[in-house]
Amino acid sequence: MATTETRKPEPEQLDSVVIRFCGDSGDGMQMAGGQFTTTSARFGNDVATFPDFPAEIRAPRGTTFGVSGFQLQFSSSDIHTPGDIVNALVAMNPAGFKTNIWDVEAGGIVIVNDDEFDKTQLKKCGYPEGYNPLNDEQVNNRFHIFRVPMSRLTRESLADTGMGAKDIDRCRNMFALGVAYWLFQRPLDDTIGYLEDYFGKQKHKPEIAAANVNALKAGYYFGETAELFPVRYVVPAAKLKAGTYRRISGNEALVLGFAAVALKSGKDVLYASYPITPASEILHGLSRLKHIGIKTFQAEDEIAAICAAIGGAFAGDIAVTGTSGPGLALKSEALGLAVMYELPLVVIDVQRAGPATGMPTKNEQADLLQALFGRSGESPCIVLAASRPSDCFDTAIEAVRLAVRHMSPVVLLTDGYIANGAEPWLVPDAESIPQIEIPHPTKAFDPEKGFQPYIRDEKTLARSWALPGTPGLEHRIGSLEKEEGSGAVSYDPENHDRMVRMRAEKVARAADVIPELGVRGPESGDVLLLGWGGTFGAITSAGDKLRAKGRSVATAHLRHLNPFPKNIEEVLRRYETVIIPEINLGQLAMLIRSRFLIDAVSVTEIKGRMFRVGELVDRVIGIMDGGADR
Amino acid sequence: MSKTNGAALPQYKPADFTSDQDVRWCPGCGDYAVLTGVRKALAVFGGKKEDYVFVSGIGCAARFPYYLDTYGMHTIHGRAVAVATGVKLANPGLEVCVVSGDGDLLSIGGNHTLHAMRRNVDLTVVLLNNRIYGLTKGQYSPTSEVGKITKSTPMGSLDAPVNPLSFALASGATFVARSLDVDVKLFESIYSQGVAHPGFSFIEVYQDCNIFNHAAFFYASQKENRADNTIALEHGKPMVFGASRNKGLRRCPDGFEVVELGNGISEDDLVVHNENDRSLAFRLSQMRHPEFPEALGVLYRNDSQPTYDAMVHNQIAEARRTKPEANLESLLLGDETWDVG
Repeated sequence: MATTETRKPEPEQLDSVVIRFCGDSGDGMQMAGGQFTTTSARFGNDVATFPDFPAEIRAPRGTTFGVSGFQLQFSSSDIHTPGDIVNALVAMNPAGFKTNIWDVEAGGIVIVNDDEFDKTQLKKCGYPEGYNPLNDEQVNNRFHIFRVPMSRLTRESLADTGMGAKDIDRCRNMFALGVAYWLFQRPLDDTIGYLEDYFGKQKHKPEIAAANVNALKAGYYFGETAELFPVRYVVPAAKLKAGTYRRISGNEALVLGFAAVALKSGKDVLYASYPITPASEILHGLSRLKHIGIKTFQAEDEIAAICAAIGGAFAGDIAVTGTSGPGLALKSEALGLAVMYELPLVVIDVQRAGPATGMPTKNEQADLLQALFGRSGESPCIVLAASRPSDCFDTAIEAVRLAVRHMSPVVLLTDGYIANGAEPWLVPDAESIPQIEIPHPTKAFDPEKGFQPYIRDEKTLARSWALPGTPGLEHRIGSLEKEEGSGAVSYDPENHDRMVRMRAEKVARAADVIPELGVRGPESGDVLLLGWGGTFGAITSAGDKLRAKGRSVATAHLRHLNPFPKNIEEVLRRYETVIIPEINLGQLAMLIRSRFLIDAVSVTEIKGRMFRVGELVDRVIGIMDGGADR
Repeated sequence: MSKTNGAALPQYKPADFTSDQDVRWCPGCGDYAVLTGVRKALAVFGGKKEDYVFVSGIGCAARFPYYLDTYGMHTIHGRAVAVATGVKLANPGLEVCVVSGDGDLLSIGGNHTLHAMRRNVDLTVVLLNNRIYGLTKGQYSPTSEVGKITKSTPMGSLDAPVNPLSFALASGATFVARSLDVDVKLFESIYSQGVAHPGFSFIEVYQDCNIFNHAAFFYASQKENRADNTIALEHGKPMVFGASRNKGLRRCPDGFEVVELGNGISEDDLVVHNENDRSLAFRLSQMRHPEFPEALGVLYRNDSQPTYDAMVHNQIAEARRTKPEANLESLLLGDETWDVG
C-alpha cells in the first residue's frame, strides 16, 4: 500500500495538529476519532483527546443539538491537552459545521461532506432559507473549505457490495477518516486491522468489515488522486520515554486502579453504584472484572449505592461507590455516616456542569466544596483529585491506601474532561506496584473490657477494622455519637468535643504520608499558578508558554485537597502572587485565602469545557502586567 | 442454619445475646417483648453468635442492634435494608437481620425495601409496626389509619395507609408473615422460620406504642377478642377461627366470606391454607378488621427461589471458571499497545 508515497510539493512539517471530527451522533465520529488517535499514537506522536457528545442518545438527525464531536491533538513533543484551537475540522453535515466552525483557526482546514449540504439539512440546523455557508464569501475567505461529496463517493465505491443504502452510508465515517489519513500522512494498517477484528471477528460480519476497509481506502485514494489539497502535512514522532504504551481514558484508568487494588490486597472490591453520566463507564468496566474479585452492584438509587458500599465495608470488602455531583449530593448523609462509623470507603465523583442536572456531558470542577463540606455536622473526609486520565490509576490506588490506613471515607474527584479524555499511558510494571496490606484484629486488646471498637492507633488515630464472623469481637457501630474507646452511645458534652476533634485530627494526620507539593518552573518568583484536578494539562501548558515568553511563572498542582501537603504554605509564600485558575467560581482560592491568609488571585471560567491554554496565558499576563482580573 | 461448617456449635442462653447497653425504650413498649423473642430464638436457633449482623435505621425500633451482643449497625433513617444488602454481598455467610419501624421501612426507606424484596436478598426483616412516629413524638405514619388525629394532623390524616404485607407480596418477598408483640412464642416461631428461610423474609409485628398510639392493635392482641379478630394460619389446615373455633373462611365469588360452622357448613367447606400460594396469601393480607379476622402466622413462603446474594456469587464463580487467570499485567496492557524506543 502506498501510504507514505510523497507527491509533488514536499509535505509541510508541523509540531502539532489539532483535528476535530464532527457530525450527527449516529455518524460514527467517536470511532473515527478513536482510530485517528490510535494510529497517531502508534506512529509515535504524543496524543491527547476529548470526545464531545450530546446528552441525547439519538437526537433528531441533522439538528445542532444532535452533533457529536471528537477532538484530538497529536504532536511531536510532550503535550498536556487536546488543544485550544482546531487546525483541521471534518464536518459530516451542516449541523456539525455550524456548531464547530468558529473553533477553527483562521486559515484552518475544513473538510465537509458536500452532499449533506442540501436544502433539507441546511434548514434542519437553522440556516436561513436559500443560504449555504459553503458559498458564503466571508466563510471562504477565513477558512480553507474542501467540499468532498462523501456520500456519493462512498456509495459509488461500495456499489458492488450488494449492501443496502443505509449500511453503505454508515461507512461514510471511514471515507472521511481515509481523507484525513491522506492529508496527515497516516498509515492505514492499524485501522484496517481494527475493522477486520471488530466487525469481522467480534461481530461476525466480515462483509461490513470489508465495506469499511474499502471506504477507508476510497477516502485515502480520493485524497491522493483528486489533488484537492495543495499540501500534505506531517507531524513527526515525539520523543517519548521508552516502554510499552496504551491509550487510556480517566474512567478506564479508575477501573484498572481498582483492579490493581483487588489483586494487590487479596481482598474483594465491592463497587456499588447507580448509573450517572459521566461516571457509568466505571460501573461498566468493573462489572467485567468479576474473575479477579470485583463485585459490582447496580443499586436502586444513589443512596442505596453508598449504603450498600458501607455495609460491604463493615463486612470486610474494599468498598467503593461512584457518581457525579448530583449523586454526591444524594449520598451526603450516608457519607457522613461513614465518617461517624470510621469505616474505609472510596467515593468517586466524576464532576460535571451543575447545579442540579446542569449539563451532564459538559465539564466543570465545582464540587470541591461539596466534597469537603457538603455534610451535616463536622464531617471531615480525605479528598483527592486526579489530574489527568492516566493519573486516575494512581489516585484510585492511593485513595484505597489512605481510606484503609485512616479508617476514613475518601472522596476521589475527577471530571468529565479527564474521565472521557484519553492519552497514551506508559503501562506500569505490575510487579512494581506494592502490595496493600490490610490487617483485621482477631482478638480484643484488653480481655478485661472486651473488644473496644473505638480504641485508636497512636500514630494514625485510626480505629481497628474488626470483621463480622470473628468470634469474640462482636460490636455495634452506630450513627449516634459514641464514647471514646468503647463506642457506646454517648451524649456527654466533653466526649463529643473530643470525638469531633479526634475525627478531624485523624484526617489531618493523613498528611504524614502525602507527598510534598512540587513545582514546575522556578523555585520562587513572580507568579505561582496553583491548580487542582483536571486543569493540570491546561495550567501546565500555560506555565510552559509563559516561561517561554520570559515570565517568572511556576506551576503547582494539588492531588491532595484534604489534607493539603504539609509544605503547601511554604511553597505558596515563595511567590509574589498566587494565581488559582479553576472551572468554578473560586473554590480552591477561597480555601487558600481562608487557610493561609494569602491574597490569592482567582481566575475562573465556567463554560462547560476546559480552559483554553492561550486564553489562560493572556489572563495571567493581564494580571502580571496590569493587575487585571482581580 | 447452613452457615456454619463442621465444628460443634456453642450452647447459648438468651442472656448470651444481651449487650452491656441499658435498654432505653419506654416502660411498657411492645419492643421489649420482641427483643426477648429474638434473644430466645437466637439461643435456640444454633447459629454462631459472631455470624449474626443486626442492622437498623432510625426510630425507636432502630435502637434494637445496640441491645444485642452480636455484630450490629445502627444506620441512618430509611437505609437499613440497603446497608444490610451490602453486608450480605460482602459476606453471604453472615446471617443478616434488619429490625426497624413502619416509618423507616415503609416511608423514608420504602424504596430500598421494595428493591431488596424483588431481588430476594437473603435478609430477615422485622417490621415493628406501631402505626405512629414515636421517636419524633407522635406524628402519623404510613401505616396510620385515615383520619388519624396527631400533632401534625389536627384535623385528621388524609392519606390511605400502606398495607405492609400486600406490599411485600406484590414486591416479591419470598417469606411473608405477621406476628404480635405480646405473643413471644408466636414471634419466636415465625422469626426462626424467617431466619431459616433462604431469601427475603418479611415479618410484620403489631406493636404497641403505649405513649403515642396506645391500644392501636388491641383488637388483635388482647386475650378477650384475639380469637375472634384474628386467624392463626397453619399450612394445610382449614381456616378456622373464633373463641369457640366456630367460624371459618369460605370461598365466595368476591373472594372469602366469614361463615359460622354448623347448619350444614363443616370444615370441609373452608379454605385450606397453603403457604406456597401467593394469590391466596395476597387475599389473606387484604383481610382487615372488622370485616375479617386478620391473618397471623406465615402467609406465604417460597423456599426454592434463588437468593440474590447466592446468584451474585455464582456469577463470580462462573467468571472465575471461564475467564483467564487473574493477571494484573495483562489487564493493564489491555487489547492494544505499542512500543516506543
